[in-house]
Amino acid sequence: MTAADDRFIRDHREDRTDRPVGTRSEVVTGPVSDWATDFSHVEPEWAADPYPIQNDLRQRCPIARTERFGGGWLPTRYEDVAAIAYDTERFSSRSIIMSNFRPPRELAPVGGSPPISSDPPFHHDARKLLLPAFTKNAVTRQEPATRALCHSLIDAFGEQAVVEAASDYAQHIPMRVIADMLGFPPEDGPQFRTFVENTLEGVNLPPEERGARIAPLFDYLVAQVHDHLDNPREDLTTYLINAELYGRKLDPSHVVGTLVLLLIAGIDTTWSAIGSSLWHLAKTPADRRRLVAEPGLLPTAMEEFLRAYAPVTMARLVKEDMRWHGVDMKADDWILLSFPAANRDPAQFDRAGEVVIDREINRHAAFGLGIHRCIGSHLARMELRVALEVWLQRIPEFSLADPSAVTWAPGQIRGPRTLPLRIG
Amino acid sequence: MKVHIDSERCQGHGRCYDLAPGLFGADDEGYSKVLGDGTVPPGSEHEARLAVLNCPEHAIEVVEDGLT
Repeated sequence: MTAADDRFIRDHREDRTDRPVGTRSEVVTGPVSDWATDFSHVEPEWAADPYPIQNDLRQRCPIARTERFGGGWLPTRYEDVAAIAYDTERFSSRSIIMSNFRPPRELAPVGGSPPISSDPPFHHDARKLLLPAFTKNAVTRQEPATRALCHSLIDAFGEQAVVEAASDYAQHIPMRVIADMLGFPPEDGPQFRTFVENTLEGVNLPPEERGARIAPLFDYLVAQVHDHLDNPREDLTTYLINAELYGRKLDPSHVVGTLVLLLIAGIDTTWSAIGSSLWHLAKTPADRRRLVAEPGLLPTAMEEFLRAYAPVTMARLVKEDMRWHGVDMKADDWILLSFPAANRDPAQFDRAGEVVIDREINRHAAFGLGIHRCIGSHLARMELRVALEVWLQRIPEFSLADPSAVTWAPGQIRGPRTLPLRIG
Repeated sequence: MKVHIDSERCQGHGRCYDLAPGLFGADDEGYSKVLGDGTVPPGSEHEARLAVLNCPEHAIEVVEDGLT
């Protein structure tokens, strides 16, 4: 072992107990009384169809309030969402999942999963380490394997008349791609699903239970780091272990935190984008037929699916008490930063509530705006394009087998989790 | 007619090099760069305008000749 490996000898859980503790708020669940004053993005009504709620709030608020999660705000206009995304002076990314736990202020500017959880100036440097691996050019290397995987998933459908497109197709694509990039065993995919659910969902569980559910993810990643220390290879994990910032190797919590980000952030999100697009095409035969007939339209249509069904909502924490766009924000209030709501603002988009697959001008914010633009956006676009291309080539005729059986993930990442499609 | 990128605003979404690959490229970190001196050849005006109008960060401008 080299000296640098000492970074990973201590138990990471001991590291975590050294830290300031953060604050917890009372868990409040149950039906929402008024979305303008009591919103909750984890209630079933929101998961099933958040757009009418967002449209209503945009007209009458437009920044909704909740006392749940210890207090927070939900802007619904594009203009407000953009202003917050750009304003890293007044809004911190030190937690980007709105829950009943606020990490301590001392965690800024690094945050738990750099660079998504980082604020300037550290953010820039942590992000710069990752950018070269996620350029459009770099992710092109994953395309042949992605295409082959999509074909093999469809081959595995066999003669079934009804297939489960969320769990037997969409889900597997980002899992396999990120496992390949990180150098994790492809057969570990099913574990990733549990990690994702435990990280992104269950935000209203008691904090101890939530912590206990997340622990196996850290154990898994630390085991992967050790495996890569013993067997270095050409992948992102080895790259991060060896990467340097400010003349030193990265802090072990930075390495593991970034691995958490890379493993979790690309899976649920892309899975959701693929699933929502297939759901739309299954229930909209005219759009499906047109894309089958005009495959060259797919890149344009894909941007429209990303606009209309943007899977990702982020969160911010207000840094200091202030009056902001007509509301009194307090330090440590949450901001639920809804790119989906921004993307359906009629002040920004014509026919905002419709899906227009040949929309040529589409300045949507599905991958965020400003310095935290999704670093995986080129990878996500490649996966979404290949997933839809292969599906439409192989299965040009399909429809919803049972519209009432479709289920949607609750929380900040929204997409179909059950999607039975009838083939033919 | 020339295209111009405000590199302070560009965040590397890559819409311009997706939509107008004859006019824009990516650097090693995925940020956009203008190819050549940014002159839009005849026939590429539509591509140039698509790049401008699809940039989520409003980072691209078309500068008409004589206005620079």
